[in-house]
Amino acid sequence: MATPAAIRVLEHELLLYRRVWRGSLFSSFLSPVLFLAAMGVGLGGYIGRAGGAAGAAPGGAAVALGGVSYLVFIAPGLLASTAMQAAAGESTFPIMGGIVWARSFHGMLTTPIRALDVLLGKVAYISLRLTLVCSVFFGVMVLFGATRGPQAVLAIPAAILTGLAFTTPIVAFSATQKDTNGFNALFRFGMIPLFLFSGTFFPIAQLPVFLQPLAVVTPLWHGVDLCRTLALGTADAAGVLVHVAYLGTLTAVGLALAHRAFRRRLER
Amino acid sequence: MPDPLPPALIRARALTKRFGTFTAVDAIDFDVAPGESFGFLGPNGAGKTSAMRMIACVSPVSDGELSVLGMDPRADGPRIRARLGVVPQQDTLDMELTVAENLAIYGRYFDLPRSLIRERVAELLDFVQLSERARDQVESLSGGMKRRLTIARSLINEPDLLLLDEPTTGLDPQARHLLWDRLYRLKQKGVTLVLTTHYMDEAEQLCDRLVVMDKARIVAEGSPRRLIDEHSSREVLEMRFPVGVQETLDGLLEGLGDRVEQLPDRVLVYADDGDAAAAAAHERGLRPEMSLVRRSSLEDVFLRLTGRSLVD
Repeated sequence: MATPAAIRVLEHELLLYRRVWRGSLFSSFLSPVLFLAAMGVGLGGYIGRAGGAAGAAPGGAAVALGGVSYLVFIAPGLLASTAMQAAAGESTFPIMGGIVWARSFHGMLTTPIRALDVLLGKVAYISLRLTLVCSVFFGVMVLFGATRGPQAVLAIPAAILTGLAFTTPIVAFSATQKDTNGFNALFRFGMIPLFLFSGTFFPIAQLPVFLQPLAVVTPLWHGVDLCRTLALGTADAAGVLVHVAYLGTLTAVGLALAHRAFRRRLER
Repeated sequence: MPDPLPPALIRARALTKRFGTFTAVDAIDFDVAPGESFGFLGPNGAGKTSAMRMIACVSPVSDGELSVLGMDPRADGPRIRARLGVVPQQDTLDMELTVAENLAIYGRYFDLPRSLIRERVAELLDFVQLSERARDQVESLSGGMKRRLTIARSLINEPDLLLLDEPTTGLDPQARHLLWDRLYRLKQKGVTLVLTTHYMDEAEQLCDRLVVMDKARIVAEGSPRRLIDEHSSREVLEMRFPVGVQETLDGLLEGLGDRVEQLPDRVLVYADDGDAAAAAAHERGLRPEMSLVRRSSLEDVFLRLTGRSLVD
């Protein structure tokens, strides 16, 4: 029976990943441990004490955070942000490599594989990477006691979807680039502000009023809020539906744009 | 009505490739028969690679007709590519993978079963003399070895048609001869070869028939021998003069052979008897620093047809 062409492209990616999986798995584990220890336990513990010392209602900061500790508050936000960053990493330099540097995509196109198959295979690979990164991250959250209830496990697919909503548009962008200057701009003016201001570290209600609507339309805020409400057990059906629809639409539009960019670049 | 001739593997009529307003291939016609070894000869930028990429079904045809293996690249790209072997101008090997892994994954792109791939990888590594390097990373190979690996890779699907875009450019003479030998063996086995080159010796060694391309068009077509007979003399007298002397010789060179060509560094006299031309030059008092008689080559044909040399 014939193997779908996109799966054959995925085989290539997995063959490459097999060479680096140990280091990759280790850093997928280490990064949430460090972040949750520093931001959640360290900074969170400090905020908790400061809130108590101010003598306000039990845990002044905790009220703003929805009645949970800072660790429990930021853990799902960091999960969504980590998915975004992993997606951005896999969707920039490796795409440029396939088109410009190692030119492996061009090699694939001299076989029955089409540009669409290369794209789908690559996205399938990134989905697997996101599954790994998000699952390990979630496991660390559980170890830190940062989840509330069994439904929290749904934060894993939520984070994967968040990652995909960044993957396909960034792949589309990368496939139009001739060098890495665009990537520097993307990270500096795109990823970092999103990371800092999309509700990962503090509720967006803390932002100046005029900035709040802006935060609400960024994809990371939808991902963060989806992961957080699921992890804390505060999700409602309407909210989940809006977030999933938003992130799903972004993924689909990005895929269409990426297909066009791949064809323009590879089938000239 | 049945066609009396054996069907061509490749048939192009008014085949054209445009990039925006630039025309890379301008309405060329050619046919390639099964088992034939066919070449596109021309300088860089003549349109050889663009023609080749259209045949390989990786670059869409802008205009005209093209049929490859009896199919239309527009509609049947993946089906045609399943039966092609392609050696691109730039290697697209996976540097981080081993030699054997590069072949195996390429076989998977064709959806070949793993057991068959294992057999073919061993055979092909033997064929291109890389068996000892099977487990080495590609990064560690020399340029010639990488090229051989690319050729082995292009054979993994046992193609009916092998396309080679400048297969030996940038290789040292020893590596080139080894490659030529392998390609010659494939030709003996009946594999149809189509190649582009700007090396005369390569075209003369490998091509039964070739077209000379210049500025997006075909300017001549035939076997290497016939092209030389038609467009050049049997022999060529090459003379090199001391610096500054060549510019003063104009009148003295006229009528020495059938035709005289002045290059920046030497004078070429086209004549059926090169030795007689050399004697005549001596009689006229010409004293070149160096003088030699050789047979005409495709380089001379190209010079005649375009007024320029192939590699500048």
